[in-house]
Amino acid sequence: MSKGRFGIYGGQYIPETLMNAVTELEEAYHRFKDDREFKAELSELQQNYGGRPSLLYYAEKMTKDLDGAKIYLKREDLNHTGSHKINNVLGQVLLAKRMGKTRVIAETGAGQHGVATATAAALMGMECEIYMGKEDTDRQALNVYRMELLGAKVHTVTSGTQTLKDAVNETMREWTRRVRDTHYVLGSIMGPHPFPTMVRDFQSIIGREAKQQILEQEGRLPDALVACVGGGSNAMGLFYEFIEDQSVRLIGCEAGGQGIDTDKNAATMATGTVGIFHGMKSYFCQDRYGQIAPVYSISAGLDYPGIGPEHANLNDLGRAEYVAVTDDEAVEAFEYLSRLEGIIPAIESAHAVAYVKKLAPSMAKEQIIIVNLSGRGDKDVAAIARYRGVEIYE
Amino acid sequence: MNKIKQTFAEGKAFVPFITAGDPSLEITEQLVLQMAEAGADLIELGIPFSDPVAEGTVIQAADARALAAGTTTDKIFATIQRVRRVSQVPLALMTYMNPIFTYGIEKFMVNSREAGIDAVIVPDVPFEEKEELLPFCTKYGIELISMITPTSKQRIKIIAAEAQGFVYCVSSLGVTGVRQEIGNNVREMIRLVKEVKDIPCAVGFGINTPEQAAEMAEFADGVIVGSAVVRIVEQYGADCLPHVVEYVRKMKEAVRR
Repeated sequence: MSKGRFGIYGGQYIPETLMNAVTELEEAYHRFKDDREFKAELSELQQNYGGRPSLLYYAEKMTKDLDGAKIYLKREDLNHTGSHKINNVLGQVLLAKRMGKTRVIAETGAGQHGVATATAAALMGMECEIYMGKEDTDRQALNVYRMELLGAKVHTVTSGTQTLKDAVNETMREWTRRVRDTHYVLGSIMGPHPFPTMVRDFQSIIGREAKQQILEQEGRLPDALVACVGGGSNAMGLFYEFIEDQSVRLIGCEAGGQGIDTDKNAATMATGTVGIFHGMKSYFCQDRYGQIAPVYSISAGLDYPGIGPEHANLNDLGRAEYVAVTDDEAVEAFEYLSRLEGIIPAIESAHAVAYVKKLAPSMAKEQIIIVNLSGRGDKDVAAIARYRGVEIYE
Repeated sequence: MNKIKQTFAEGKAFVPFITAGDPSLEITEQLVLQMAEAGADLIELGIPFSDPVAEGTVIQAADARALAAGTTTDKIFATIQRVRRVSQVPLALMTYMNPIFTYGIEKFMVNSREAGIDAVIVPDVPFEEKEELLPFCTKYGIELISMITPTSKQRIKIIAAEAQGFVYCVSSLGVTGVRQEIGNNVREMIRLVKEVKDIPCAVGFGINTPEQAAEMAEFADGVIVGSAVVRIVEQYGADCLPHVVEYVRKMKEAVRR
């Protein structure tokens, strides 16, 4: 079996045109990841530009209200650009620069990854183009303008379902057109090897910090980690450091949309089957002929028909659990955390908060849950208002 | 001698591509028969995929039309069986890994053999992943076609050494689609292939006019044309047959010259 496998999952299912590019990327990554100077430069950027370490915040009011396990929020929403995406992007753009690339391209769903990429490109003086589905440029118009402010060119993708999956297709096509001077900053732990491993490594700082912080604050490991899962980078970023700690439950929250018994969801583990797409073997929402299904979620960032290969493997091993959270539950949690803790979460992260609302009351008071608050919700305010029947204009 | 080898042994080959089921499988059946009649030496039939990442906009749209018309892998196999009652033109199936994997790799190859398919082309299965398909291709006598591209460089010889049928030489970077100019490094790519293996080389991606085809045929063993044919199907829909036939005849003549 080829490189970059997690059990049977992963691999490098991409056109020949890109094979030398991913091989070069893999070699460069291996060269730099243990390079003292590269690590020091990345670490300096993560701290002084990205704002790390992010806080591990004890949500006392939420804990009291739910009357169960103690709840901690890993505040990735406080990072520069407002989500965990910057962790990966600073690493990849720095690497691309070391490789002599002058231009970066990226897909984006909610716009968080696009904004982060445009930001890092501005900082490091790289040309930047972002691909975003038309449905998403409509529902996340503010982020489009934000990317343009940062100097990026935003392409509206009108093929297929006009969401994240199609943005990935279009970015891959663009990469095959201009692979020599261009690096594709893939935004999640998906795609062909080495992306799932490399992105996970860049995101694993979340879990390393969280472990140290919880040991300092509580003197013990948590009982459960909860994170939302689209491609799965914020979840894997939190989980990775704890995989060997068998007492810690790892729970990924997928987009249940209007329900997993309807065809309007993006819950890959709940409704998908094993397939090969976007460079990897993993689980995908698809029909029996292998046509990728149109998926749906209120959250543009979770609106993706696949999941990273490492999650597929953790699922099969029984090491991680995956649950579906509906639009309604996520919106309710979005409002709940805003009112109770004064923290407006991204609608993606609100999926994780929603599951904690069910989980915490079933656990003992001395138990601990860490939730990855992967992004802030400013970008979602107008969409949530519309969901509640209030028309506001950005 | 297998059919593909024989085809290239008979002279320079013209290889048109169409998406099966665009605009309908009835038209596809007629297109295959009439293109063969008009001089097509090998026909590449695309199984439509929802997300064809190696295709430009023309073939993307054809795939979408075919899927909207209810085309499935099973119906395509049935169509090919009907074609085989009257024509022995060599046929290659072109599709992505997911439709094959999800259908069941072995079942796909069994049905391909029963339908009379000679080869498969899977653009998202590079050399490193081919072991997943190859044992089943070998078992059922289907040739797995390898692709090389302008970025392949040192990989060309590695790929060529294990290639079967013919080598699909991608003329330029990017996805499928008509181009004004074809990269001039194809000649060098073919030379490198022939250094390690005596195998036919067919050039594809971007070729549109008889002049381009003739130019490629000077040094290639075959010329593959997809988007330009599909564009005629798109333009004329169910009435495309005479237009496609005329185009194939012109292109075949240019290649043979």
